[in-house]
Amino acid sequence: MAGADGDDSLYPIAVLIDELRNEDVQLRLNSIKKLSTIALALGVERTRTELLPFLTDTIYDEDEVLLALAEQLGNFTMLVGGPEYVHCLLPPLESLATVEETVVRDKAVESLRKISQEHSPVDLEVHFEPLVKRLASGDWFTSRTSACGLFSVCYPRVSSTVKAEIRQHFRTLCSDDTPMVRRAAASKLGEFAKVLELDYVKSDIISLFTALASDEQDSVRLLAVEACVSIATLLPQEDLETLVMPTLRQAAEDKSWRVRYMVADKFSELQKAVGPEITKNDLVPAFQNLLKDCEAEVRAAAANKVKEFCENLPEDSREQIIMTHILPCVKELVSDTNQHVKSALASVIMGLSTILGKDNTIEHLLPLFLAQLKDECPEVRLNIISNLDCVNEVIGIRQLSQSLLPAIVELAEDAKWRVRLAIIEYMPLLAGQLGVEFFDEKLNTLCMAWLIDHVYAIREAATCNLMKLVEKFGAEWAQNTIVPKVLGMANDPNYLHRMTTLFCINALSEACGQDITTKQMLPVVLKMSNDQVANVRFNVAKSLQKIGPVLDSNALQAEVKPVLEKLATDTDMDVKYFAQEAISVLALA
Amino acid sequence: MSAISASEKVDGFTRKSVRKAQKQRKSQGSSQYRTQSAPVELSPLPQLKDAPSTEQQELFTQKLQQCCMLFDFFDSVTDLKSKEIKRATLNELVDYVSTNRGVLVESAYPEITDMICTNIFRTLPPSDNPDFDPEEDEPTLEASWPHIQLVYEFLLRFLENPDFQPSIAKRYIDQKFVLQLLELFDSEDPRERDFLKTILHRIYGKFLGLRAFIRKQINNIFLRFIYETEHFNGVAELLEILGSIINGFALPLKSEHKQFLMKVLIPLHTAKALSLFHAQLAYCVVQFLEKDPTLTEPVIRGLLKFWPKTCSQKEVMFLGEVEEILDVIEPTQFKKIQEPLFKQISKCVANPHFQVAERALYFWNNEYILSLIEENIDKILPIMFGSLYRISKEHWNPTIVALVYNVLKTLMEMNCTLFDELTSSYKADRQREKKKEQERDELWKNLEELRLNNTTLVQNNSHGLPGVHNNNNNNNNNNNNINISSNNDTQDKSVDAAAVTSDNNDPDVSETASESTTCAK
Repeated sequence: MAGADGDDSLYPIAVLIDELRNEDVQLRLNSIKKLSTIALALGVERTRTELLPFLTDTIYDEDEVLLALAEQLGNFTMLVGGPEYVHCLLPPLESLATVEETVVRDKAVESLRKISQEHSPVDLEVHFEPLVKRLASGDWFTSRTSACGLFSVCYPRVSSTVKAEIRQHFRTLCSDDTPMVRRAAASKLGEFAKVLELDYVKSDIISLFTALASDEQDSVRLLAVEACVSIATLLPQEDLETLVMPTLRQAAEDKSWRVRYMVADKFSELQKAVGPEITKNDLVPAFQNLLKDCEAEVRAAAANKVKEFCENLPEDSREQIIMTHILPCVKELVSDTNQHVKSALASVIMGLSTILGKDNTIEHLLPLFLAQLKDECPEVRLNIISNLDCVNEVIGIRQLSQSLLPAIVELAEDAKWRVRLAIIEYMPLLAGQLGVEFFDEKLNTLCMAWLIDHVYAIREAATCNLMKLVEKFGAEWAQNTIVPKVLGMANDPNYLHRMTTLFCINALSEACGQDITTKQMLPVVLKMSNDQVANVRFNVAKSLQKIGPVLDSNALQAEVKPVLEKLATDTDMDVKYFAQEAISVLALA
Repeated sequence: MSAISASEKVDGFTRKSVRKAQKQRKSQGSSQYRTQSAPVELSPLPQLKDAPSTEQQELFTQKLQQCCMLFDFFDSVTDLKSKEIKRATLNELVDYVSTNRGVLVESAYPEITDMICTNIFRTLPPSDNPDFDPEEDEPTLEASWPHIQLVYEFLLRFLENPDFQPSIAKRYIDQKFVLQLLELFDSEDPRERDFLKTILHRIYGKFLGLRAFIRKQINNIFLRFIYETEHFNGVAELLEILGSIINGFALPLKSEHKQFLMKVLIPLHTAKALSLFHAQLAYCVVQFLEKDPTLTEPVIRGLLKFWPKTCSQKEVMFLGEVEEILDVIEPTQFKKIQEPLFKQISKCVANPHFQVAERALYFWNNEYILSLIEENIDKILPIMFGSLYRISKEHWNPTIVALVYNVLKTLMEMNCTLFDELTSSYKADRQREKKKEQERDELWKNLEELRLNNTTLVQNNSHGLPGVHNNNNNNNNNNNNINISSNNDTQDKSVDAAAVTSDNNDPDVSETASESTTCAK
């Protein structure tokens, strides 16, 4: 730190603080983001005695600046002189933890949690814990909300009297009269339970859990479901039935769909936490109900979990449970009225085939797959196609190919470009599974058509797709089927299509190898350097830079160099720029 | 599917109308129907008016119980007869409580509230349209409205009945009742929210013991809306009720009410959907200031803190609200906030979005504001002058330039000498600013070097400091920006420039670059 001390005179704190006070928010923000630089310039001593008090006193600023400050302070331990002095950071962070804006407060809590680890056990009790207590008994809800996130980090490292106080504070906040604080407490309940001794989990946490799970506000109740997972994991199996299950059963049938949604959404975690016996007796019927729920949101969340739930069923009764209890519900969902439900199901249903094996798949699942492949909603079809690999392993893709093709073709022409983009991304996978013959016959034209799509993202993806196909099928295949068509586009009247040729060449040159690149691609690129559209010309320069490493030095010197030199004197500024860049990268100067 | 025209393929945007049409097909929702098993068929009871007066009360109770039966309105074919009977009965009940005297005997209260609770209190269904834009999209209407509407009507008539006794009713219309009522304000159906508004207002008026509770719960709803979900359909309606509540606050204002203004109403301005309730919100704020002018300074400072940075539409709303506040401001209060306020107005006047600039310049059409400015011209002119002078030369929009000339003229007439001084020092001021800018850059560059030297010293600093910001792209980017503006005639070119910019992957840089070009000119 000696170096820093010597520069004190250069950077009086007044100048730096002036920066932090600048009228322009953006400048203040920049200064705060470089707070560590300022601290470094001041040295640890002056950071503690001058900078931090200043920051603590002047905390009234735009939330954006405060957010940056809260984040910076979390990394300040070394800048105030190491763990010994880390408690100096508490006052400014305490004020930040009471700010209204949620993101600022959350960041302050995050930083406090971080530096709590750097406190010694003594400092934790002397400095940190009192701060938590102050926050927990603050007047305005924001400080109490922030306190909820700090109990669990100090609890394990303090004495038993302080521990008792912390538990008491947490209990108070769980029955706070503002729902915001109860929500914060409920969301930290699981985390807090994890650091508590088992006896206290049983005596304290369970009663809090039960109370929060029957709160008058559904936004609180649904957070209790999340806590349920952690709590159930902590308790021994024999206590679950009496301590957790009544509450969980009630949540699964809550009158608010949001709570039921949460149960559906956390179903796999709950299943793991309560173990196989309770799953068989309680969760299977509950899951059936969720799959048949009257709200589509809940059905969709449950449908998403079908595969995971089935996978995690105890092996001895898995097939029986699926066939008699789950599959009938799944069959109904295939023709659900809501497309989100169907599409959620479609994204996991293929996974059932590995669990149920070949015969069951052909008999029971295949009809469902085929039905979903013909669904009116593109997303459903897309989800089925994107998971084809699961079925491929079990029954082979041929069983599906008859229905597959029309579905692919339709998606390939969907009006939404994101759908088209998604199907392109599965092309290499499909090509691999269907084989080169099937591909040439049915899918090749599609792949080429995408190159002249109206949306740039699709053209780009199509280019990338070609590269992956060439990697799969080899250079020779490329030479016969793709390269001629791509090069043909170089004469297209539309300059966007001409540029696509260049983009394809960029992508393909490496996969195609030196021979094809030099003999077939290079002449086309060079010829395009005379294009009348500047965009094409500077892309020629970029392409040459890209394919240069694939070419031999002969071609580089004799053919590429003169063209780039000519482009470097182009009238257009960008063409010049990229030509010069290419010349220097390829070392042709 | 294959018959999609090329224009539709270009992007998803053109198809918004189509998407909307699809949504509107089934814009009905209800979460009401799940609590009961299959409804029992209802059989009509005799008319109340035909019954002998001794039996009327008994029949009234029976009818109330009959109306506790709920029906599935998604299924438009089942239970048609029973639905019709319930509808007719509800109509009769509405009529009965609004025209007859002496029907609200004490024993009827629990039956009445029970019927109401069973029918209206329900978990609202999930929104059909997660990115529901209340300004553009059709709201999802409540499917069971034919019944619910009559129940609301009944509740209203019940509350308005001259025999209605809050002292009895408070046993049933309690905190829990109010809480559930408030949750319903999130309904997407505007008809429902309208009823709720009137009903809550009546309850607030009649149940003194519930007032503080109602205000607190509204607070909670707003705070949740601001800081947690950003979603609640009934903000405008609740604000409308509050508007008249504030009107009735006694002076001096309790600190609870001031806290509500500063910690709830002002932060409400940050909401994305501000346009949906801004009129009501501004009304509430102005109400407060008319009650207690000393709140002006904190309110204005609050608004300045939350001043929109990127949303021009909101900025126009803020300016509108500021004008409303200035309309009622006391000259002594004005002096306290003129400096920060006019710094903001000076930025707005120079805003490249002409609607923002125009809205700010319209302040000079307001006689009262003009008189305030004139009174304080020595303070305000130096703040405003730089922006006005600059945009009078370079704003793209001719209307704005014309308005600015008028404003400059008005200001000049207010204090000619000061105006001349500012004009002559304008250039020097700009240069001084530029020099300060350079000094700042220099300072940071030195600090950066120091940091680099130091990091080698402080090896044990495990947290790592943010990396050096690389500004090398600046030059290159500048070129592209010039390209966009100067080559608009060839469409190719502009596409190209955009493509290059996106290649750079650094949108921030392009912004600063464009700023520096305007500075340079």
